Amino acid sequence: MSIFSFFRSAPRPSAVQAKERLQIVMAHERAGRAGPDYLPMLQQELLAVIAKYIDIDQNKVEVKLDRGSDCSTLELNIELPAREQLKSAMAAVRKPETKAGGDGLKAGAPLASSEDKKRH
Amino acid sequence: MSKIIVMTSGKGGVGKTTSSAAFATGLALRGFKTVVIDFDVGLRNLDLVMGCERRVVFDFINVINGEAKLSQALIKDKRIDNLYVLPTSQTRDKDALTSAGVERVLNELAKDFDYILCDSPAGIERGALMALYFADHAIIVTNPEVSSVRDSDRILGVLASRSRRAEQGLEPVTQQLLLTRYDPERVERGEMLKVDDVLEILAIPLLGVIPESQAVLRASNVGMPVILDESSNAGQAYTDAVGRFLGEDIEHRFMAPQKKGLLSRLLRRSA
Ligand SMILES: Nc1ncnc2c1ncn2[C@@H]1O[C@H](COP(=O)(O)OP(=O)(O)O)[C@@H](O)[C@H]1O
Ligand SMILES: [Mg+2]
Repeated sequence: MSIFSFFRSAPRPSAVQAKERLQIVMAHERAGRAGPDYLPMLQQELLAVIAKYIDIDQNKVEVKLDRGSDCSTLELNIELPAREQLKSAMAAVRKPETKAGGDGLKAGAPLASSEDKKRH
Repeated sequence: MSKIIVMTSGKGGVGKTTSSAAFATGLALRGFKTVVIDFDVGLRNLDLVMGCERRVVFDFINVINGEAKLSQALIKDKRIDNLYVLPTSQTRDKDALTSAGVERVLNELAKDFDYILCDSPAGIERGALMALYFADHAIIVTNPEVSSVRDSDRILGVLASRSRRAEQGLEPVTQQLLLTRYDPERVERGEMLKVDDVLEILAIPLLGVIPESQAVLRASNVGMPVILDESSNAGQAYTDAVGRFLGEDIEHRFMAPQKKGLLSRLLRRSA
């Protein structure tokens, strides 16, 4: 980076946003189209379980699938409504990230790479 | 054995025709007998980029319909031995591409040519499907830009499910990424997706990175495939990509900004 960017208040580079947006939208699209269709189902069932305990907005859910060469990660990002309601229910869940507008629940789990192998 | 390559992308205007012309020329320069076919029925352009537009008499659709013989429609390049162009029709629509007709023409070409390169139209409809259906190798032309990357991913899905190789349960079509119109300076400024970002998202091997270059427009103005402009970055990048396609181990170039003097950097920043 040049010294000039030092003096500007650096906003997040647009290319970073481009990458993130692509990863999100494409995880949805791939899940809806290829392979064992467990991803959308898994997403729905996970949501159903969480919805039993917390009032979540279905539109504030992000599902992200990261593909690596030996391992893929499924990341589920759910924006939760308000802090108070969470305290008891979420005590056991790790909360690595807080988003503007609410608390975030984020769970990352490695997936088997069977789907990856197919694509190659 | 003849090999069929498709140059495809989903999105339009990303550089498929430019890359098809360059690649076909590069393969012919390496001594392979090569034909490049325009599948963009109704929007003929490969002839212009190859500089043979005034020699088109019969076209691909005429051959499919039995109105002309293949030998009457094939145009031999004036500059390079071993290089032929099969132009498409300017007047008909893409429904003229019947699967049986395309297969018959490809089979006839396969007797004579080492490489058959199919320049796909944009979209995922008939023309694009026909261009990729019979392919052994797919070159995915992508720009470092959100809609192009997404559309490339769609096309990868189509290749994996609707190509002949997929339908017949054969060895899958090989897939390689050709990242075109890459601007290292914009990448450095965080305004454009990096090669690595696109590779991570699409998860296919990298065939080459073609820099954004003024030489491309200059070459198309005069009907010369840009690979023949040996002094240009884009031309050299295509030559490298052809070498890699043929299995050579060639280091990637033109991915970092060219070194500039402090003065021009200062001027640029304040512009
Ligand atoms: N590397 C490049 N640098 C600059 N311009 C380019 C480059 N590649 C393609 N173009 C330009 O982009 C436009 C679209 O290219 P074209 O090959 O016709 O795309 P497509 O066949 O995918 O629709 C053309 O005007 C072409 O000159
Ligand atoms: Mg084109």
